[in-house]
Amino acid sequence: MATPSLSVLVIDENRIRAAIIEAGLREAGHSHVTLVHDVTGIAMRIAEIVPDVIVIDLENPNRDMLENMFQLSRAVKRPIAMFVDRSDKASIEAAVEAGVSAYVVDGLKQERVKPILDMAISRFNAFSRMARELEEARSELEGRKVIDRAKGILMKLRGLSEEEAYTLLRKTAMNQNRKLADVAQGLVTAADLLGPEGR
Amino acid sequence: MADHEINAGFMPLFDSAVLIAAREIGFAAREGIELKLSRETSWANIRDRIAIGHFDVAHMLGPMPLACNLGLTPLASDTIVPFSLGLGGNCVTVSNTVWEGMAAHGARPDLDPLRNGAALRELIRARAAIEATPLRFAVTHPHSGHNYELRYWLAGCGIDPSREVEIVIVPPPFMADALAAGRIDGYCVGEPWNSVSVVAGKGHIATVKAAIWRASPEKVLGVRKSWARDHPDALSALLRALHHAARWCQDPSNHHELTALMVQPGFLGQPAEIQMRALTGLLDVGGGVLRQVDDFFLPFDKAANFPWKSHALWFYTQMVRWGEIRHTPTNAAIARDCYRPDLYRAALKPLGVALPGANAKVEGALTSATPVGSSGAGLVLGPDGFFDGRIFDPDQIDTYIAAQAGGLSPLP
Repeated sequence: MATPSLSVLVIDENRIRAAIIEAGLREAGHSHVTLVHDVTGIAMRIAEIVPDVIVIDLENPNRDMLENMFQLSRAVKRPIAMFVDRSDKASIEAAVEAGVSAYVVDGLKQERVKPILDMAISRFNAFSRMARELEEARSELEGRKVIDRAKGILMKLRGLSEEEAYTLLRKTAMNQNRKLADVAQGLVTAADLLGPEGR
Repeated sequence: MADHEINAGFMPLFDSAVLIAAREIGFAAREGIELKLSRETSWANIRDRIAIGHFDVAHMLGPMPLACNLGLTPLASDTIVPFSLGLGGNCVTVSNTVWEGMAAHGARPDLDPLRNGAALRELIRARAAIEATPLRFAVTHPHSGHNYELRYWLAGCGIDPSREVEIVIVPPPFMADALAAGRIDGYCVGEPWNSVSVVAGKGHIATVKAAIWRASPEKVLGVRKSWARDHPDALSALLRALHHAARWCQDPSNHHELTALMVQPGFLGQPAEIQMRALTGLLDVGGGVLRQVDDFFLPFDKAANFPWKSHALWFYTQMVRWGEIRHTPTNAAIARDCYRPDLYRAALKPLGVALPGANAKVEGALTSATPVGSSGAGLVLGPDGFFDGRIFDPDQIDTYIAAQAGGLSPLP
């Protein structure tokens, strides 16, 4: 287990993701975790917290400001450097791809901090996966709704059964090499353009 | 099927226009390039993603590749500059309160860097006398034209930028909000982020980059050195595409199409009317006072795309001046080698493009527009003066650095 005395600051505007990171850190035995969602007045917070490790999401437009602050010993009591050094290329790539970066105070042993970064990377990835799945589920639901509407239009206009309407849509999609939902959307749009009499 | 696939990063600033036009108007496709653009949220991200190979090239602050190669930033990779994305484009904007204070000390809404700088100095002295907190100015990045030209202007007006004001970093899109909220008193940034404060009634433009140093370098195309080495044909094709795109951006008959392109949320996302100010140089400096600024922003004219070694070296002298790097022959050579006019020439010579005769010039030497000896069709350079009348001779770099070493360099 990592030495629990390390103080970790997580800067992330996304509160849910920050909470997920925090939970991971606490599970790993880090009790000194601070979350910051808004960087206003961050210099003062950093001076209070005196963090050993700072984790930042890469979407944060304030990274340039934060990096500059880390380099000025006036704002921060101890100089802070980018954690991942040049020799650890795999870690750098994994971190950037996951959308996270970490900074640590100079002189802190890499093996003490690496587990923190690894945990942040895996939690960031898990969060992205979750967000992606949620988005997929949402678009699938919308696709299903539009397919139902398209089936309804075909049933009404061409006197088809529900199954026949679905088969016709699917066949058209296959013939045109398009997604079923796209064909359905086209039909719904056309029906809307033609107005109520088109239904 | 494109011959080359190139991944490029950019920041949502008006001077990313040449890169965006290269893709959207079709100049890249015409050169057989599939140019993939990714909008980024910080220069640090651009640096990191160039370093790990997500990007081959990127829209960068002119001094940023120098900082990378000089080891001043984390995670830096060797970066070269074969093309400049334009000259000028920045302003110094101050809050209404600071502007009133400056006006009381003689500032006028004419963008004059000498008079308005002197007024700012008097305001700062008056505030110091009553022990008011120092004014806080923001720039976009420590290794930026903004930081160095703001400091150059302040120092040239007798204001010590390291002691008499505080200089902080704020991302461009947040500048106007930070000014309105009183978190900063002024800032130096590229357009449209100055006009945004003026339109909101929250700021006045005190002076402009084009007045501090006319036709001066700003953003560049940064290229990962190893990528350039391994893909010389792709790089040449890209430079040709950017050349045509830059000429297209400069042409006033395309400005409506350009602003309509940049208004898209995936690019700049700011109204066309505000963008047009950078293109025409007709600025509302505050309260509806209009000023026409010559050469406010040049995406193409005056050899704007040529990566002058003298530009790289001037940035280097400012890094030395403000204590970011020690002046040594090795460091000066790293700075000089970072900008690569040889690659620019090699790519554009076959097009019969007007090329300067030299790779460096004496900055500040031209007091009027001057046709210069060049291969190919006519090329006009200058004026390129510094507001304080100083001259930067890249062959006399030691003397220049020694002259500015006192920190403050009062006007001659």
